[in-house]
Amino acid sequence: MAEEVKLMKGNEAIAHAAIRYGCDGYFGYPITPQSEVMETLMDEAPWETTGMVVLQAESEVAAINMVYGGAACGKAVMTSSSSPGVSLKQEGISYMAGAELPGLIVNIMRGGPGLGTIQPSQADYFQTTKGGGHGDYRLITLAPASVQEMADFVKLGFDLSFKYCNPAMILSDGIIGQMMEKVVLPDYQPRRSEEQIRKDCPWSTLGKPESRGRNVITSLELDSAEMEKNNIRFQKKYKEIEENEIRYEEINCENPEYLIVAFGSSARICQKVMEIAASEGVKVGLLRPITLWPYPYKAIHDLGVKVKGILCMELNAGQMIEDVRLAVECKVPVVHYGRLGGIVPDPSEVWEAMKAKLDIKTSHSDKTTAETGDSIDPDQLKEVISNLNKMVP
Amino acid sequence: MDIQEIIKPENLVYAKPKLLNDNPMHYCPGCSHGVVHKLAAEVIEEMGLEDKTIGVAPVGCAVFAYNYIDIDWVEAAHGRAPAVATAVKRLNPDKMVFTYQGDGDLAAIGTAETIHAANRGENIVIIFINNGIYGMTGGQMAPTTLVGMKTATCPHGRNVELNGYPLKISNLIAQLDGACYVTRQSVQNANAVKKTKKALRKAFENAMNRKGTSVVEVVSTCASGWKMTPDQANKWMEVHMFEKYPLGDLKDVTEGN
Repeated sequence: MAEEVKLMKGNEAIAHAAIRYGCDGYFGYPITPQSEVMETLMDEAPWETTGMVVLQAESEVAAINMVYGGAACGKAVMTSSSSPGVSLKQEGISYMAGAELPGLIVNIMRGGPGLGTIQPSQADYFQTTKGGGHGDYRLITLAPASVQEMADFVKLGFDLSFKYCNPAMILSDGIIGQMMEKVVLPDYQPRRSEEQIRKDCPWSTLGKPESRGRNVITSLELDSAEMEKNNIRFQKKYKEIEENEIRYEEINCENPEYLIVAFGSSARICQKVMEIAASEGVKVGLLRPITLWPYPYKAIHDLGVKVKGILCMELNAGQMIEDVRLAVECKVPVVHYGRLGGIVPDPSEVWEAMKAKLDIKTSHSDKTTAETGDSIDPDQLKEVISNLNKMVP
Repeated sequence: MDIQEIIKPENLVYAKPKLLNDNPMHYCPGCSHGVVHKLAAEVIEEMGLEDKTIGVAPVGCAVFAYNYIDIDWVEAAHGRAPAVATAVKRLNPDKMVFTYQGDGDLAAIGTAETIHAANRGENIVIIFINNGIYGMTGGQMAPTTLVGMKTATCPHGRNVELNGYPLKISNLIAQLDGACYVTRQSVQNANAVKKTKKALRKAFENAMNRKGTSVVEVVSTCASGWKMTPDQANKWMEVHMFEKYPLGDLKDVTEGN
């Protein structure tokens, strides 16, 4: 059977992918620009087909704690929100990490701080990858750059979170969430039976049979010696994730003169930047981290130390750039370009900034071509932004 | 009758429920928690729900409830037990799910979760221990602290201008269409214990019969927090707590259904 290609928004793709994954429950609270996730789920009514529970909670706090409760039962459960709402979820994320529970959280970022704007932003990079909630924990973070990846990362996020018993986040923004693109949705897979969950997740709280002791899901341990052991176990797990689960994409990266490091929507904009650079005779490569934690330090180092300079383009005041600088150990110049508060730069604007900041000399006579992949068309970008402007927070 | 004769099974009139394990309880002498734990364990056992029941523990003195009753437990963040229980029950509709919460957990930080779970008519039981004080953190003012009552954070007595009024949250919950059974009980003497057990049994049956949310408030003592002997605390409760929090059913729409 031929693959069924559909046209939909990134937010809608997440909802459809969740149903098809065999997700057991979604708990959400409306917030722009991600409300289509819950709206699509409510419209699809999967409780009538796969048996998936979809519930609108009274707050983001309640929603993440519902995820905590569902995850405690070994169920594949998720929530989605946007920046201010994700701030509220940090309590639950920390508790999930502390209780070693799987679960998927989607953040369709908007400009902050505070209530901020509903326009796209990548300013929650620090919050997501460096902590957010309290305690020494890590959050598996996937950064989709297309509607296809929004769909694909639902399965990847769930699979990783169950493999390591750790929460996972899809960190995206209003561009990818609202943009319509072609997508091939994954095949349907059935929800796991209670019997299967008891087998796969022997820690799950589904009722205590006589054959085992009671299961308790908790992050509490008053004995510091035991709590230290727990933390050491977490750190060992994080190390294992760092060793096994780094994902990134290299585009146009065979001996580039300069490198751009960007994730998510910024990477798509930078694919266009590479085309413009090629037309001015400069070969620019793009390294796109797909996992923001664990971070591809080594890949950026290995490629980065061979170029004349690196641009870190992100829709914030300079957050991921700290990790890029760590990766190349300051052996090459690393500069930042970004717009703030929901403003999305035009590819030509990025290129002009890159040239100025890295002192790049161009020659239009040396025009080359670049294999830059499927970039965002600036006109399409303008349309997404204009649609977002019509939305209400 | 010698001791050997007395402990013969046919002579026993009282037994510890099997679900209540032998872990030494951390509760203070005279605390109501131990009695309510025992009642919950008895009801689960009598209904044959040992392998079907999931308890949701709060933050507060009962945070360690999971150490004493041998069922599966989820320990919730402070105040979030009703949200946690909502998901556990919705995702496992055939299970018995209850929360066990104190007044700070349920009526202060968890007010939104409590009200909305009850308003949705989640088929869960909420066991609510109201002793008018934060026990675990060392006796601070609770939303249910009586006017004039002294605590670590109202050392001169609760003052309504500064602290507002004691919150009768069960009366509030009783107004919600999703709540099918809201009752206020106590466990300071044998008769009260018997009534509370009956209330718990009814609440658990309501949840299994999908009738909506049941709330069993147990007006309790905190001898340590109140700085009284257990006996003094019981007497003080009967005079002062019962005046503000009178015992009895606040709502029951399950009769004859």
